[in-house]
Amino acid sequence: MKFAVLVFPGSNCDLDMYHAIKDELGEEAEYVWHDTKDLSGYDGILLPGGFSYGDYLRCGAIAQFSNVMSEVKKAADAGKPVLGICNGFQILTEAGLLPGALLRNKNLKFMCRTVELTVVNNNTMFTAEYAKDQVIQVPIAHGEGNYTCDEETLASLKANNQIVFTYTNDNPNGSVEDIAGIINERGNVLGMMPHPERAVHELIGGTDGLALFKSIVKQWRESHVSHA
Amino acid sequence: MSVMLEPNPQQIKEQKLYAQMGLSDSEFEMVENILGRQPNYTETGLFSVMWSEHCSYKNSKPILRKFPTTGPRVLQGPGEGAGIVDIGDGQAVVFKMESHNHPSAIEPFQGAATGVGGIIRDVFSMGARPIAMLNSLRFGELTSPRVRYLFEEVVAGIAGYGNCIGIPTVGGEVQFDDCYAGNPLVNAMCVGLINHEDIQKGVASGVGNTVMYVGAKTGRDGIHGATFASEELSETSEEKRPAVQVGDPFMEKLLLEACLELVKSDALVGIQDMGAAGLTSSSAEMASKAGFGVEMNLDLIPQRESGMTAYEMMLSESQERMLIVVKKGREAEIVELFEKYDLDAVAVGHVTDDKMLRLLHKGEVVADVPADALAEEAPVYHKPSSVPAYYTEYQAMENVEPQVADYKETLINLLKQPTIASKEWVYDQYDYQVRTSTVVTPGSDAAVVRVRGTNKGLAMTTDCNSRYIYLDPETGGKIAVAEAARNVVCSGAKPLAITDCLNFGNPEKPEIFWQLEKSADGMAAACLALESPVIGGNVSLYNERSGVAVYPTPTIGLVGLVEDLSHVTTQDVKDAGDLVYLIGKTLTEFGGSELQKMVEGRIFGQAPSIDLQVEVARQNALLQAIQAGVVASAHDIAEGGFAVALAEKTFGAKNLGVDVTISGSAITALFSESQSRFIVTVKPQHAAAFEEIITDAVNIGTVTSDTSVIIRNENGEEWVSGSVEEFRSAWKGAIPCLLNSEA
Repeated sequence: MKFAVLVFPGSNCDLDMYHAIKDELGEEAEYVWHDTKDLSGYDGILLPGGFSYGDYLRCGAIAQFSNVMSEVKKAADAGKPVLGICNGFQILTEAGLLPGALLRNKNLKFMCRTVELTVVNNNTMFTAEYAKDQVIQVPIAHGEGNYTCDEETLASLKANNQIVFTYTNDNPNGSVEDIAGIINERGNVLGMMPHPERAVHELIGGTDGLALFKSIVKQWRESHVSHA
Repeated sequence: MSVMLEPNPQQIKEQKLYAQMGLSDSEFEMVENILGRQPNYTETGLFSVMWSEHCSYKNSKPILRKFPTTGPRVLQGPGEGAGIVDIGDGQAVVFKMESHNHPSAIEPFQGAATGVGGIIRDVFSMGARPIAMLNSLRFGELTSPRVRYLFEEVVAGIAGYGNCIGIPTVGGEVQFDDCYAGNPLVNAMCVGLINHEDIQKGVASGVGNTVMYVGAKTGRDGIHGATFASEELSETSEEKRPAVQVGDPFMEKLLLEACLELVKSDALVGIQDMGAAGLTSSSAEMASKAGFGVEMNLDLIPQRESGMTAYEMMLSESQERMLIVVKKGREAEIVELFEKYDLDAVAVGHVTDDKMLRLLHKGEVVADVPADALAEEAPVYHKPSSVPAYYTEYQAMENVEPQVADYKETLINLLKQPTIASKEWVYDQYDYQVRTSTVVTPGSDAAVVRVRGTNKGLAMTTDCNSRYIYLDPETGGKIAVAEAARNVVCSGAKPLAITDCLNFGNPEKPEIFWQLEKSADGMAAACLALESPVIGGNVSLYNERSGVAVYPTPTIGLVGLVEDLSHVTTQDVKDAGDLVYLIGKTLTEFGGSELQKMVEGRIFGQAPSIDLQVEVARQNALLQAIQAGVVASAHDIAEGGFAVALAEKTFGAKNLGVDVTISGSAITALFSESQSRFIVTVKPQHAAAFEEIITDAVNIGTVTSDTSVIIRNENGEEWVSGSVEEFRSAWKGAIPCLLNSEA
């Protein structure tokens, strides 16, 4: 499986994502600069964390206008897995690929720590390798991870099982309903604030994030076999 | 169009306008002699900033000569953007620490942020990929609202810059003492990684080669920042807020990536950061180091504001800029490279053979001065030095125990002292994991960052107990280096080299200069003994507010090599049943100790003693034991003494405690700050092998599964007994509690 790791000016978790895929998952990955106009050669699209365009104006607000974003929309429409982590999640909400928005953390400070997440929905292409309600340890590192949306959206997120991860005990940033990650209705675009790519090695942050990437690959392999 | 009239040479001399820029009468006379004429306004500015202490080290050069700066692994010592040390396999570690004290005292967020930005540029201007940041911070007591403001904003500034640019802030230290209330210290350190073949230098060589300006545009911010940094702070310092620069980490991220692409190009001849003194220092130093001259047309400098004068452009300290020299004819490919990142890359001049720095503006030569005179020929002062009365008085004092009644309560109160208390509130705001290589995160003795693609790691720490140095600069200087090395050894690494920031008061006061001299003597001796040369750093003098100096604070940044990641050791106890060992002798030593400060409200007497031979032998033996795989956890004993160090060993562990028995007088045994001591834990099956390596280690007890900390005397009586949670919550909650108080 071949992943595109998108690189916007100011992305800074691109390296982490790239190495998680190459070194720990053993799949193909390439850095893709933000002005690229063709993503058709990739099977999965990864939007890494960082501070795209310095997060000036509003996090993710400028990146949504990058050339590559129309390609990301095409990939999403084609049903390819699209994963946005941290700043990637923020960009996906700004681009309208996911509902809601990310506000500043409730304590108004950046926070870096490892938190417990509950896998609320393991019936997705990103979480099939987790057990339902499994509690995993994944690092967070963000200043604007406070997920918010209107009541109508929240109701539909719940009704469609679009809430994938929640903070287990301690909600660090004040996000509504302890939401840490959501998926689109179709089930192929996932955005999350925590960093699974930082939890793929025993030496660094544990290995609880690995199953997320394995889920994507497994689903892709299975769909390819059935289509072949 | 600006119609600002600059004073003419006659006015500069007669009205002594040079003095406002920081030049003394005799220095101005030297400039006249060098030029053989009177300098104009721009030229006076060039000399004043290049001859400031910050750029020229004119007061500290004789001190810096004391430090050992070479060693078998040293590839680059002091003098370039950062020092470089070989770590094998064709790779090297690049690091440097620098102060940004004065800007942070006036504008704490931007002052700290641009301190981080500046030191990062120093590292990538060498061609290295920055992989980690550390810092060393000093503030007044958190009971003051102004201090809380400075503390919160400095931390936010460091976080804001480091997090955005994507370099993990993996370690550091924060200490609190009243002497820093008006003049906080903000020292930032950056560590980078480089392949030997990519090492760059800041040189402008090859006549006709092109001088290019890359990065952000030049504005009027930070003009005379280096001069401002070389004065005491006063009530009127707030007026110098315009001398504080404003940082843009996003711009620097782009510049970083562009420059790291650039260093792979054979078109590049030299590269240097425009740091303190901006265009002036980069151009003059690059020319001087190479033995060439540089001519620049200032009309071509990318400018953010209209109507800037030559003086303003040359003295601006706008951030995120670099000066590079490229081979003639290769400019287009450089422009193209920087275009990818939407950055300016503009040819602004060329290398000449006349060793002059010549500046043109609007068709006129606005400066024509020897590059060497600016970069190398600042006067060197040997300031008078005299022993302060307090030192003589303190040396004559006996070592006595501060009196306390309840040992457990004392331990809890010590754990709540902000200098000892958990710094989680601070490092929670730093992204310490980005780049996914941080093996040991903040909170242990030293941070460890793996070297991707190898099985090696780099251990790094910052350290300095300035109370000891105040009481006894020479001994304190030794301790500062030794303790930094202890932290790195406890983490499983061999110390490689150090960088330092010499933060002192006004060197024109003989007692301050004496502190500087003596502490450098102590540091140099420890560097030699521990085979850790000084490969770079900076000097920050005039750290005084309204005439009151900070404690002498030569902060040490030390990097060590973990030869195999299996050697990485942390301070937390690991398993119930492991044996607890104490290494080192405990004497009654409370001068400058946390207990003395807490009980007496001030520090006095003699600093703890240190024997460097003993120190070296202990560190070597401990590292040998760690590398042999027989040490489960290791922690050095520092502020607060044995009891604090022991309690700290239980804070990061899950569901474990300790039960130990120690001897001697209770207050000394529990709280003395005698040096060269460690607490380690060892698995029972490794005890024999461990004792064979560290023959003077004493088994004092065991790690238990009952989550309490128990310290007994030889008769079995409990000196201290309490739950880990009780101690941990005191330690963890202290700083948030102080920050939330409304005093």
